[in-house]
Amino acid sequence: MDAIFWQQMVNGLTLGAVYGLIAIGYTMVYGIIGMINFAHGEVYMVSAYLAAIAIALLGFFGIHSFPLVILGTLIFTIVVTGVYGFAIERIAYKPLRNSTRLAPLISAIGMSLILQNYVQLSQGARQQGIPTLLEGSLRLHIGDDFVQLTYTKVFILVAAVLGMLALTFIIQKTRLGRMCRATQQDRKMAQILGINTDRVISYVFIIGAAMAGLAGVLITLNYGTFDFYAGFIIGIKAFTAAVLGGIGSLPGAMLGGLILGIAEAQFSGMVNTDYKDVFSFSLLVLILIFRPQGLLGRPQVTKV
Amino acid sequence: MPHNGFRKAVMAMAITYAAGLTTLAQADVIIGVAGPMTGGNAAFGEQFWRGAEQAAADINAAGGIDGEKITLIKADDACEPKQAVAVANRLVDSDNVVAVVGHFCSSSTIPASEVYDEAGIISITPGSTNPQVTERGLTGEFRMCGRDDQQGTIAGDYIVDTLKATKVAVIHDKDTYGQGLADATRAQLNKRGVKEVMYEGLTRGEKDFNALVTKIRASGADVVYFGGLHPEAGPLVRQMREQGVTAKFVSGDGIVTDELVGTAGGPQFVDGVLMTFGADPRLIPDGKAVIEKFRANGYEPEGYTLYSYASVQAIAAAFNGAGSTDGAEASQWLKSHPVQTVMGTKSFDEKGDLKVSDYVMYQWGADGKYKQL
Repeated sequence: MDAIFWQQMVNGLTLGAVYGLIAIGYTMVYGIIGMINFAHGEVYMVSAYLAAIAIALLGFFGIHSFPLVILGTLIFTIVVTGVYGFAIERIAYKPLRNSTRLAPLISAIGMSLILQNYVQLSQGARQQGIPTLLEGSLRLHIGDDFVQLTYTKVFILVAAVLGMLALTFIIQKTRLGRMCRATQQDRKMAQILGINTDRVISYVFIIGAAMAGLAGVLITLNYGTFDFYAGFIIGIKAFTAAVLGGIGSLPGAMLGGLILGIAEAQFSGMVNTDYKDVFSFSLLVLILIFRPQGLLGRPQVTKV
Repeated sequence: MPHNGFRKAVMAMAITYAAGLTTLAQADVIIGVAGPMTGGNAAFGEQFWRGAEQAAADINAAGGIDGEKITLIKADDACEPKQAVAVANRLVDSDNVVAVVGHFCSSSTIPASEVYDEAGIISITPGSTNPQVTERGLTGEFRMCGRDDQQGTIAGDYIVDTLKATKVAVIHDKDTYGQGLADATRAQLNKRGVKEVMYEGLTRGEKDFNALVTKIRASGADVVYFGGLHPEAGPLVRQMREQGVTAKFVSGDGIVTDELVGTAGGPQFVDGVLMTFGADPRLIPDGKAVIEKFRANGYEPEGYTLYSYASVQAIAAAFNGAGSTDGAEASQWLKSHPVQTVMGTKSFDEKGDLKVSDYVMYQWGADGKYKQL
């Protein structure tokens, strides 16, 4: 294994961690109400703008130390993006809770267009950028060659892992998590047992959006540039990751994201960049042929 | 017979009268300005619009076209070929334009110009450089800029002669403009005996090119040539520097905007980036007064602004010269007469290309500005 291989692993891991964080939003919403929230990519896009606004505001107040800036940006972005998630659910999906399954899907596509146009009109259509906050990089020598990792990438990996751990803790260990799991297993039964499922659904949207908010901050730090259309491609990729890992499964979303990221990077490196998306989607098709429920998804049992 | 003569005279009068009526009805000369007014390349759309707006205002102040005022209509194609055809049809059918300045992305200009040609109106693109734009035998299609084959020749020669590179990686964005430009440069490199070490396409709209950058590093390239636009060029050059790739970055006129600095994450990343672009129109003495006007309004006429201004001037000159807004007559006139523009005297050949192209190399500096070399 040479340095180039490991460099591509690093590239794939950082990209995949971000896909995974966004995929969580898709998978949680699907798990709990069985709909695909197509506006989720746009939630990430909004969070990128929020992150830039937070960084600019903090700079304006004279706060320049990296840990403070990043902490402030993370709190601001995650909270406000959570509010967006909550509002989207209330406005676009809750009124349709008892209609046909396809209605919220159309409403989600509408929401996605509204968010895109709203950001375009309020923030302008230009490419936005933020200055590099964290300079410098780590260089690991392997043989004659080296693997180079910017500190930003190290930060992304650490933050993504911490975010995932926090989420797993919430879902597995807390009261809120138990309510989420109960609602996911059987909404009607949970309701009978006294769980306010509407509120649980709201929480799920907030958590999903908060994860997209975290991803938004990380991506904005890493690439430094975004526009109102940025949510589209990454949303599609994250959705693919969610399906790959098994939609409805949290570890599946993260695993799917990592596999997708690494597959893209390694295929680009070994074969050709032009066809990396063809390769990742062929991989998706193959996995779905042999495991229709995705890698870690539970098979759907038809209740008679 | 006297009787017959009288009838002819009446007919002639009627025709003149009718012609007079139509002129009265079309009190304005309506010109469409089409380009990416939204989307990732909106910076170029704004340059088009600013240039055309100022040109129309100046021409109108000087008496308009044959006494009629120019009215501009903005059309947004977002650099999407499908949307370009849709807005082209709208301009022709419901806005009744008699000429179009646009579009920007070659992939938009090519299908849209078919619509204009069918409608028999003249269109000038200030910025589409793909050879196919003028190679399809359309009557009324012109361009105010050079062609990618000319641009590629300059870039290829510069890479071989000045940079003395032997290992060149050629990257493009799989779009008509980007790939066309990359192919033109690659052809010139090959002609000069330099075989590219890699030739690959990235996807427009993505931001993570790390895998590609690692591959560039592995190829040992000392020059990376990129055919594409600034939303991808910025992250690409940044990720190269972040991975410790020190190869020279050379590109074309698709990155001529200050936004490159923003998309790259700061001027430290664009430092040393090279690009081909027409000789800076701001340095041509003919345009001094106009440039002052732009600056007085707080706008720096960078990139394609003056190209767009010159396109409106050429349309006005053609309509005045031909004495008609008919596309065929105006384009006939334009192909046989030189035009005085803000960028100096321009003359067009039979295809609608400029007879003289003036590509030169530019370099971005650590201050985030570009300078002609």
